Amino acid sequence: MMRERGDERTGRLEPILRCESLSKTYPSGGREITVLDGITFDLEAGGFLALLGPSGSGKTTLLGLLAGLDQPTAGRVVLDGQELGPLSEDERARLRRDRVGFVFQSFHLIPTLTARENVEVPLELRGESGRERAEALLARVGLGDRGHHYPAQLSGGEQQRVALARAFVHRPRVLFADEPTGNLDAANGAIVIGLMTELNRELGTTLVLVTHDQELAGRSRRVIRLSHGALVSDAAAVPPKTAPVAALS
Amino acid sequence: MKAARFVLGLAMREGRASAPRLAALAGAVAVGVAALVAINSFTDRLLAEVRQQARALLGADLAASSNASYSPRAETLLEDLRSSGGRPAVETARVQSLAAMAYVPGRGGTRLVQLSAVEPGYPFFGSVETEPASMWTRLGHLGGAIVDASLLVSLQAKVGDTVKLGEARFPILATVVNMPGDVALRATLGPRVFVPADRLEATGLVVAGSRVRYETFFRLPPGVDPQRLADRFRGPLQAERVTLRTVSEDQRRLNETLGRLGRYLGLVALLALLLGGIGVASGVHVFVKRKMETVAVLRCLGADARQVLAVYLVQVMAAGLLGGVLGAAGGAAIQGLLPWLLGDLLPVRVSYAPSPSALAAGVGFGLWVALAFAAIPLFAIRRVAPLRLLRRPVEGGRAPRRDPGTLVLAALVASSIVLVSIFEAGAVRPGLGFSGGIATALVVLWLAALGLARVLRRFPPRLPYLWRQGLANLHRPANQTVTVVLALGFGTFLLATLILVQHNLLRDLRPGAAGERPNLVFFDVQPDQRDALAALLRSHGAPLGDAVPVVPMRIASIKGRAAREILGASRSAEEARGLWAFRREYRSSYRGRTAPSERVVEGRFWNDEGVSGEGPVPVSMERGVARELGVGLGDAIEWDVQGVTVPSRVASLREVEWARFEPNFFAVFPDGPLDAAPQTFVSLTRLEDVGGRARLQRAVVEALPNVSTVDVSEVQRSIEGILDRVASAIRFMALFSLGAGAVVLAGAVAASRLERVREGVLLRTLGATRRQVVRILAAEYAALGLLAVTVALGLAVGAGFALTRFVFDAPFALPWSPLGGLAGAVVALTVGLGLAGSRPVFRRTPIELLRTE
Repeated sequence: MMRERGDERTGRLEPILRCESLSKTYPSGGREITVLDGITFDLEAGGFLALLGPSGSGKTTLLGLLAGLDQPTAGRVVLDGQELGPLSEDERARLRRDRVGFVFQSFHLIPTLTARENVEVPLELRGESGRERAEALLARVGLGDRGHHYPAQLSGGEQQRVALARAFVHRPRVLFADEPTGNLDAANGAIVIGLMTELNRELGTTLVLVTHDQELAGRSRRVIRLSHGALVSDAAAVPPKTAPVAALS
Repeated sequence: MKAARFVLGLAMREGRASAPRLAALAGAVAVGVAALVAINSFTDRLLAEVRQQARALLGADLAASSNASYSPRAETLLEDLRSSGGRPAVETARVQSLAAMAYVPGRGGTRLVQLSAVEPGYPFFGSVETEPASMWTRLGHLGGAIVDASLLVSLQAKVGDTVKLGEARFPILATVVNMPGDVALRATLGPRVFVPADRLEATGLVVAGSRVRYETFFRLPPGVDPQRLADRFRGPLQAERVTLRTVSEDQRRLNETLGRLGRYLGLVALLALLLGGIGVASGVHVFVKRKMETVAVLRCLGADARQVLAVYLVQVMAAGLLGGVLGAAGGAAIQGLLPWLLGDLLPVRVSYAPSPSALAAGVGFGLWVALAFAAIPLFAIRRVAPLRLLRRPVEGGRAPRRDPGTLVLAALVASSIVLVSIFEAGAVRPGLGFSGGIATALVVLWLAALGLARVLRRFPPRLPYLWRQGLANLHRPANQTVTVVLALGFGTFLLATLILVQHNLLRDLRPGAAGERPNLVFFDVQPDQRDALAALLRSHGAPLGDAVPVVPMRIASIKGRAAREILGASRSAEEARGLWAFRREYRSSYRGRTAPSERVVEGRFWNDEGVSGEGPVPVSMERGVARELGVGLGDAIEWDVQGVTVPSRVASLREVEWARFEPNFFAVFPDGPLDAAPQTFVSLTRLEDVGGRARLQRAVVEALPNVSTVDVSEVQRSIEGILDRVASAIRFMALFSLGAGAVVLAGAVAASRLERVREGVLLRTLGATRRQVVRILAAEYAALGLLAVTVALGLAVGAGFALTRFVFDAPFALPWSPLGGLAGAVVALTVGLGLAGSRPVFRRTPIELLRTE
């Protein structure tokens, strides 16, 4: 079932991310559990979308499907003009390598590589050398002098900033962030979110943020609410009442 | 009671979740136990067979032997011994053995054989199996020859053909299938040929200077104690240079020799067990690290430190017991392979029957190794504070200092290793030496592995990303780099050292390596045969080397004390054996200068200076034999040269390279004094062409039947064959060390799987293809393998050099291809096992990364 509904509704150019009737079920204890049920929406390039919902609402599953980390039970995902369904695991990996960035709640840096080397990984996987770009991005996130440190030598906030530099190093078209401030204190969380939005503006990267934090969601431009695997609302974000903490202290 | 139930119950429930980890511990234990049980059970069986077959091994109740014909006095003593046995009369059978050339008229080829002329009756116990069957008892009646099958192969002959020995011809009646008490491998030095005693004279082989061994076998009537007779006649017969052996003495000697063989192989097996122990220690270390949270929860819930320790101790003991039982079962199966590996080196056929005591000891070893090596890492559980749940210790923080309890435990564990080594070695000194050697090797390996890994981290080589990432993984948290390098490295080190020593010992013997050295040696050339031999050599285009004179002689007295007196004083068989240097027949020579294969280490050689006709003759003794005789420079030795007494004085001591196949002698005299003594000659020549060598040998044996020809390359092949069998037995046991290393590697791969899977999935999320992840993992394991191989080969070259140069006194060279092959195999094994253990990386989808949040 192919309908260019998104275009009609928004009147914009081809969306960067489109999902149609996306469903995901898991077998569990002899019966099927529906985690996502018929999710459909489009996201324009350069946009900033927050997927908001309580634990178990299916938001992380949706993120995984949108980023091509998992296969839907039904429906389709088109990422930057490329439908993910027919792609093999390796083809999806290459798509992620070239056009997608990730920021995780637990940072997920490679412990055996220095900060700079961690930032370089996405470029290295493409066979490119990115030392200068990695150093520039580290400086941009305020860690210019920490490039030779190993993750274990960095604080949580610093680790997440390294992860942010890694996510942007290859100029991805879409950045997926899964509870990026979940493991950080308020101050560090604010720094990370500030950096993310700045980089989103500067580089034109589309942001998809998963969170259960209303306030964080308010920093986005559009919020999709999920509940029990279903899309319950899709609206422009309400800006937070308090001013954001300065991006870099 | 309640506490015990709590501990056991929790150990079982808790152990279910850790089953794969505990199974890995059991596996690490099992390999070493299998090796130990196999060799110990086999040795037990072997010694039992020796006990059962003792009489058949000697073939008689009592045997007398001499390397020269019996003197009239010896004959009288032997006759006395025979008649003192009472009635019914003592039965005797005599055997004369000598080297001879055999060939089949009308066929090509000649072969140096060990000819034995036997009287009917021999052996009195045990039977000689022949093919066709029961020809042995008809040997005397039919007057033919019974030969080793290998002779038929080398002469391209068959049963029914005629073999010529010296001047006589013998129809080949049968081949020997089994001869009690004979080491099968001996046949490779020269096939055996048995002929009836009364046909020996017809061969014309027993002439002046022939080396003949004379043996008389006795069968005593029931009730006569052979040991009592032996004790009574030993002294007087020794004085006549006749040695007596009884069944129990032979058995004791065999027990010692075979027991030692078993113990040495057992020590090699013990290495595998200790390596498994290292695997246990590192496995338990990681296991404990992962269990810290659980331990803290248990502590919070009110369990005391001892109870928690006991829970994990029970689990480790269960793993040790399981490893012990599995290893014992595996060892019993492997025992079946050992007769095939060692059979040719043994004097008895060993039937298959696992030894219950070895099996039980194996299970005990399993438990011990698990406990000893797990003790220290487990002890850390005692110090886990319940507070840990609230405040996690910083990763990479400084390790707390060892407490005195741990130090005491470490001392206990170390002493238990020393005790087990002493137990397996069968004596204190070798046990201490073994454990000290192992400790040194392990510490050096450990330091080298640690150093190399640090250097790689500090100075990462400029490599493509996938390689760099693989190398960096050697430092990942919970990495087992040092453990794996230690375990794999030790096995590789052992095998590489064996390869190095074997190669260097054989290289010196190998034809071709010998360059221009002679490759054909003619023995027992009578003075009147020298011209004929020279003519034969000329006609075959073989250069005529110097003819080296050989003068048979015995020691009459040393420093004024008669050899007869020294020999006659020996009471026991052991004591008599120690006097070989006094008893033996010396085949000495005379020459003006030293040979290239010897050098003077003390005193002065005469170097062609004239020797005055007065006073004792100067003699140059080989250093080892001089030590046996207890003589030094200036000491007097009187020689009995075919009945003429020649007084001498030790003028110099020489060190001789016996491995070079050149005429070397224990005693060397100057030209002159022995010129007129009865003598034979040894002639040497070199012919490159194998066919030419065979034709020349054939011509010599046809024209001069008493001259024995030795083709040096054949002897070299035989020695290589023997060394190879011994080496392959040691190699087989050393393979267990590599096997234990592989199990440790597999355990280490399993232990760090969590980190590896997480990392692999992360890389795939970031866009790495499957292929890229495989290459990173392959690089990691290749680096690990290379690290282990580099350290091991470095150490092996050091050890091999030291052994070759200082123990075996041979020149040292590196055999690149076998070492390269070993290195390649170890790296391939590491990569293969590593990738096989990393399959879960590909079974997980990247989405799981998000789920672990």
